[in-house]
Amino acid sequence: MNRQNTFIVAIAVLAAISAAFWLLLVAPALTGNEINMPVGVTPQSVTHYELHMIILWICVVIGVLVFTAMFTSIILHRKSKGHEAATFSHSTRAEIAWTIIPVLILIGMAIPATTALVQMEDSTGADMTVKITGYQWKWKYEYLEDDIQFISTLDANSNAARQLHSGMDPREVENYLLDVDNPVVLPVGKKIKFLITADDVIHAWWVPDLGWKRDAIPGFINEAWTYIEEPGVYRGQCAELCGKDHGFMPIVVNALPEDEYRAWVAQQRGEAVAEAQAVHQDWTDEALMSSGSEVFASQCATCHQQDGSGLPPAFPALAGSPVATGPVADTLDIVIHGRQGTAMQAFSELLTATEIASVVTYVRNAFGNDSGDSVQPSDVTLHGGEDS
Amino acid sequence: MSSIADTGITHVHDDHDHDHKPRGFLNRWLFTTNHKDIGTLYLVFSLLMFFIGGSMALVIRAELFVPGLQLVHPEFFNQMTTMHALIMVFGAVMPAWVGFANWMIPLMIGAPDMALPRMNNWSFWILPFAFTMLLSTLFMDGGGPAAGWTLYPPLSLQTGNSFAFVVFAVHMMGISSIMGSINVIATIINMRAPGMTLLRMPLFVWTWLITAYLLIAVMPVLAGAVTMLLTDHFFGTSFFNAAGGGDPVMFQHIFWFFGHPEVYIMILPAFGVISEILPTFSRKPLFGYAAMVYATASIAFLSFIVWAHHMFTVGMPLEGELFFMYATMLIAVPTGVKVFNWVSTMWKGSMTFETPMLFAIGFVVLFTIGGLSGLMLAISAADFQYHDTYFVVAHFHYVLVPGSVFALMAGTYYWLPKWTGMMYSERWGKLHFWLSTIFVNVLFFPQHYLGLAGMPRRIPDYSPQFADFNKISSIGGFAFGLTQLIFVGVIVHAVWVSKKKARARVWEGAIGLEWTVPSPAPYHTFEKAPDIDESMVPHADEISH
Repeated sequence: MNRQNTFIVAIAVLAAISAAFWLLLVAPALTGNEINMPVGVTPQSVTHYELHMIILWICVVIGVLVFTAMFTSIILHRKSKGHEAATFSHSTRAEIAWTIIPVLILIGMAIPATTALVQMEDSTGADMTVKITGYQWKWKYEYLEDDIQFISTLDANSNAARQLHSGMDPREVENYLLDVDNPVVLPVGKKIKFLITADDVIHAWWVPDLGWKRDAIPGFINEAWTYIEEPGVYRGQCAELCGKDHGFMPIVVNALPEDEYRAWVAQQRGEAVAEAQAVHQDWTDEALMSSGSEVFASQCATCHQQDGSGLPPAFPALAGSPVATGPVADTLDIVIHGRQGTAMQAFSELLTATEIASVVTYVRNAFGNDSGDSVQPSDVTLHGGEDS
Repeated sequence: MSSIADTGITHVHDDHDHDHKPRGFLNRWLFTTNHKDIGTLYLVFSLLMFFIGGSMALVIRAELFVPGLQLVHPEFFNQMTTMHALIMVFGAVMPAWVGFANWMIPLMIGAPDMALPRMNNWSFWILPFAFTMLLSTLFMDGGGPAAGWTLYPPLSLQTGNSFAFVVFAVHMMGISSIMGSINVIATIINMRAPGMTLLRMPLFVWTWLITAYLLIAVMPVLAGAVTMLLTDHFFGTSFFNAAGGGDPVMFQHIFWFFGHPEVYIMILPAFGVISEILPTFSRKPLFGYAAMVYATASIAFLSFIVWAHHMFTVGMPLEGELFFMYATMLIAVPTGVKVFNWVSTMWKGSMTFETPMLFAIGFVVLFTIGGLSGLMLAISAADFQYHDTYFVVAHFHYVLVPGSVFALMAGTYYWLPKWTGMMYSERWGKLHFWLSTIFVNVLFFPQHYLGLAGMPRRIPDYSPQFADFNKISSIGGFAFGLTQLIFVGVIVHAVWVSKKKARARVWEGAIGLEWTVPSPAPYHTFEKAPDIDESMVPHADEISH
């Protein structure tokens, strides 16, 4: 009678707790929100998703069983129901059982977990290599075989909307905070190796649909790889706190079929050639100022602010600053080589000579600095400056 | 039972004031060497820090209420996340447990006071200075620390000059913790009443003994790590600067060698408190006492060899990833033993559900959920997705808030009548429990979904796809925060208003030396070592087997 009673209550509790878990794990998806890890579009993301689901369900089953025992006891073994306390205080058999069984479950979990890890770490046999460098707060992509490189930053619409008191509704901005000016373009059906590093602080490169993230660490080069199976646009974000705009350095992967990818490569190389020729032209002051203002807005304004007032003391003002109004060589030096120990980066790694010339011209003439001088691309020596 | 009278009122050699409390406010509190007064100071201080750290959390949740930046700049947001964690870890949870240790360890082992009473005073009074200094950085040029409580370089080295104050504050907290631990160890090893053998000690004493060893082992490591940051920042060294031949990842290894045991420093005393409360209200001895002690020791040992599971994405060699994954998974075994033993303690008991019991049950359920998500995080390949997302935020808040903090609340309700001599309001205590339990889940459960769906942690703004669950979480956060005012109300009522006197043995099923002294516990207890008989030791029967 007593034992039967316990059994009936336990079944009822089991049903109730299972229902509660269903409400927590399944029902929220009915609201139309994404609540689970994406399956993704690479072998790794699928493996990691499956691994995640296996462990999740093991944990759910363990949780349901433990809570069932506990709440069955809470319902039946109450003083108010006249239940007298038993006196037992241990059971060697039970204790051995609930030490051994979890060990076996863990071994069962460790096997697929190990396989997944071994697969993840094998970046051999790649068809191409892309070097990714994290900066505060943008990404640089270098296609080592094709000699293409570019910077990817938060797109202008999101950037405008995300300012404090911008008065803009983020919901009106397409792909708010998850869109960039230059997406990283990759071919589908190729094993792509990534070399991931950073220039200033630690960042982490993460696109959930690819199935992993990896830290970008200054002074270290981490390897990772992917093999994208379906064309599409996949979005992610920096996943390691990297300063004030950590939340504003998204990643967009544009995965293209092989032929479209080759066309993109050809186009990029054409632009690179035009870029190289531009260095030898003489630019008018107006052209330098207008190009400089664009570069300033995308590269400099996050820290030095659009009006050059900065955010002292971490990010100094440029308006009236001795660096911007003193000798041209000093301005160029800081922009090209950066300043050690601060967030000021070495822009020789990020910008072309033309861009540096125009932004230096802009900084020296905007915000009331009015130095009147202009800097031509030919004045800019990007590399070899270390020797001087 | 006659021993209650003997040990309870012990003014035999005492021919002046009844309990010779120091006269005057400063003498009583600033110069006190009494373990009960110092325990009270620690508890009041940690409650204050709990509200300061909590209000920072509310700034975070307010900014995350809807997408877009409405209230604070991102740099201030980062200062809030950093300070919230530093205050909660070092200012709220750790000192609260030291407060419990001070109050309860001498009472539980039959000692007249802590072994080193003057040092005890010092270890507390360092803390207000440390936290004043830490909080003052928020008002300095360039603001407070904003690189996260983990202080990872090179980012933390971009902090302004306030960084030196942060480092010195951490040094002072560390000194305080180390002194507190020395005191706990010296007390437990040397001052147990005759007959209080190690394997008769209450589990709370055991868990604190092990915690104290963890603290002594790892606080100096943290001090070393932050000192290297200090010299890197101000004196041109390159411990963590790759350009100067240093290694930024080394900091993470050193930090987490401290940081993982630190996690257990915050939860092991909670295991102890829960292991006191469940038997009392189940009216049944703790199941598997010896196994509980060994499980605690195993968890403490394992905590030293799992640190790099916080760093699965830094790019470790495969062998390293595998080692730290397997070692981390192993922690599930002793932790599982604890949960199973707690459920077995309740099984076939004669349970009543006063507020301490409710919080203890809430602890077991919600801590288990946090433990299971921890097991998921241990799987290194899956962690490549979970890492640094809100899934992690949900996980560690589940083990810290309905884990450590619920245990602190359970312990407070459990011993408050012993401390004040008055019964608290059971009705308001239960209301506090139910509202806390509901809102802590509204606050943290949706964060699991956010993390899995791809929301990174430590971001001040997010894509609108994450809007619904952030809004729910923020509502839960504000409701949980407001609910804690009930806690303050219940304590104030019990201390100054309640007319209902507590008996010496406050709870029907309570066994242990602390229940043999009157309520409130006299200013000096056990000046003469108590005679311990089996009725005062909850685990006496274990010893005969």
